[in-house]
Amino acid sequence: MALTKPKQEMTDARLAEITLPEGGRWAREAREAALGRLRAMGLPHGRDEYWRFTRPDSLNEATPRPAAVFDAGETEIFSERETIHVTFVDGVFAPEESDTLEGTGLEIVRLAEAMASDIHWAKDVYGKLETRGHDPVDRPFAALNSATATDGVVIRVTGKADRPLRISYQHRNETSDAVLHNLVWLEPGAELTLLENGPAAARFNHVMEVEVADGATFHHVRAQGRDHERRCISHLYARLGEGSTFKSFTLTANGALTRNEAVLWLEGEGGTAHIAGASMGDGGGFHDDDTIFVTHDAEGCESRQVFKKVLRNGATGVFQGKILVKPGAQKTDGYQISQSLLLDGDSQFLAKPELEIYADDVACSHGSTSGAIDETALYYLRSRGIAKEEATDLLTLSFVAEALEEIEDESIAEEIRTRLEGWLARRRG
Amino acid sequence: MLNIKGLKVDLEEEDKQILKGVDLEVGAGQVHAIMGPNGSGKSTLSYVLSGRDGYEVKEGSATLDGEDLLDMDPEERAAAGLFLAFQYPVEIPGVGNMTFLRTAYNAQRKARGEPEASAAEFLKLVREKAKDLKIDADMLKRPVNVGFSGGEKKRNEILQMAVLEPKMCILDETDSGLDVDAMKLVAEGVNALRSEGRSFLVITHYQRLLNHITPDVVHIMSEGRIIKTGGPELALEVEENGYGNILGETA
Ligand SMILES: Nc1ncnc2c1ncn2[C@@H]1O[C@H](COP(=O)(O)OP(=O)(O)O)[C@@H](O)[C@H]1O
Ligand SMILES: [Mg+2]
Repeated sequence: MALTKPKQEMTDARLAEITLPEGGRWAREAREAALGRLRAMGLPHGRDEYWRFTRPDSLNEATPRPAAVFDAGETEIFSERETIHVTFVDGVFAPEESDTLEGTGLEIVRLAEAMASDIHWAKDVYGKLETRGHDPVDRPFAALNSATATDGVVIRVTGKADRPLRISYQHRNETSDAVLHNLVWLEPGAELTLLENGPAAARFNHVMEVEVADGATFHHVRAQGRDHERRCISHLYARLGEGSTFKSFTLTANGALTRNEAVLWLEGEGGTAHIAGASMGDGGGFHDDDTIFVTHDAEGCESRQVFKKVLRNGATGVFQGKILVKPGAQKTDGYQISQSLLLDGDSQFLAKPELEIYADDVACSHGSTSGAIDETALYYLRSRGIAKEEATDLLTLSFVAEALEEIEDESIAEEIRTRLEGWLARRRG
Repeated sequence: MLNIKGLKVDLEEEDKQILKGVDLEVGAGQVHAIMGPNGSGKSTLSYVLSGRDGYEVKEGSATLDGEDLLDMDPEERAAAGLFLAFQYPVEIPGVGNMTFLRTAYNAQRKARGEPEASAAEFLKLVREKAKDLKIDADMLKRPVNVGFSGGEKKRNEILQMAVLEPKMCILDETDSGLDVDAMKLVAEGVNALRSEGRSFLVITHYQRLLNHITPDVVHIMSEGRIIKTGGPELALEVEENGYGNILGETA
């Protein structure tokens, strides 16, 4: 289908400014193919149905809008854990701030390195799920990422990783534009926990493609950075094999624009895919969008989507979530909930929950709500002597709790909860 | 202790008077009971005293040891020593019972200028009181009132009361929905707290709780007024003859 004129013009203008990074043969081919996909689908336009609630303009621009670096003045999240730690600063690998890239049960290599060689197994994974993920909806920023990503981490998990891998994305330059692409390949029965944190850049385009083979387990917890003006477009893809488990949780606090897309395919019997998020937005400059697409294409799989957004002072939260149950995916158990807590009348939550089911023996439910603090609960807490502001914070944490429960590791959930408490306490003054 | 004079209260939303002039004086160390048919305004009185939104005080006053209650926020009333055991305790998912108790305890201490308790000290304090009420560690860990049975919720209210040690305790139908054993536990909890400096206002629909918690004074409330006041025998009269006779007498 031909692109509309404004879309064509915008896409041409942007593509004209792009020079593909250098690389080995497979990388060159992969990048050119991605560029071709992008050219055919065009960049998102404000009138695209999939971008109805979130303006793509600032993600389309050739240069990012500057974003001040925010110094939280506290220890970095996850930094006190025993991990294999990899750091990118404004999208550039920082060896002096990273551990040696090795660990029990896994092989890690930088994407830049894998892409520099003419032959690397990454070739069989890079851009593959991204390519599939344009059906039924185009995700042009992911194609843009595959075409222009300069670095990232390529991980092959062969056994049970003895420590989590932690990738921190530091933002130090006010005008940086980072494009990073991670590949995770979990072999049958392998297990890995991946922690990610930080804003990465003024603008961050992030793709992660995860292959979860039969019986493998992948836990992912991400805390996107708190810089107020940062912008982020992320795509998380995962394909799940038989009896495998994929669980991902994202904490989003602050940020001018966050659009997190996740595309998950359950393709082996008895797979489990959970995706959850908590976002905290304060002020009219906050816009946070979770766009999720879960496809059940095998029998007896379970999927959960649990998203909670706390919005105040004119903040905007968006949720677009879909469960697609393909013919034959009997005994599917699909659940989706998206809720917002509006702490004042200025904030808004825009939600589009969808179910599309082509099998008859399934249990799927979805719900979306938007509400204020429960007055009765507030009165109950206050009647016990807890001041109104503190009681409101407790009820806010209570609201978010269901999403935090999706985090498998209790100590990580507790760490996230502590950060949320801090976020709330700072606003109490 | 608690002094209520000519209290008239309307609903804020509608132009409807619920309390039509309530006078009540509960002395230090006393136990008063309020009985009355459903809809007579008993819960409303407890809500107005503890500061729930939605009511408009038209006339009258309520003081606790001389301090004007009606002028305070709910949390200030709590810090001043007022406690209401709710007829319908509220469920708060995601907030552990213990966290809730400690937050409340420390908030009150802070408001009164007293030092906060450490986590260890507090744990010890709660464990002892919980044991008497047969509240196990699991109930302390679970989110506030979530998945609690009716009886567990009521016992949890009494636990909060025991931990917070208020001077004026109002119990709103704490006996409703309890079996005999649970009611005994609750009554023992209350009796253990009885002291010279602590007063109780026990709201109940039935007389049976008053077999276990002997009141000094019994009031009968009807249509937003206290229509009769007497000793414990008044409760027995209600038990035997219902409210019909008393309501008839005063009509
Ligand atoms: N928020 C409210 N909205 C409407 N009616 C109310 C409200 N609160 C109390 N009432 C009315 O006030 C009267 C007294 O109720 P309540 O105090 O609950 O009585 P009791 O506890 O004695 O059964 C009832 O007629 C009840 O319907
Ligand atoms: Mg009542």
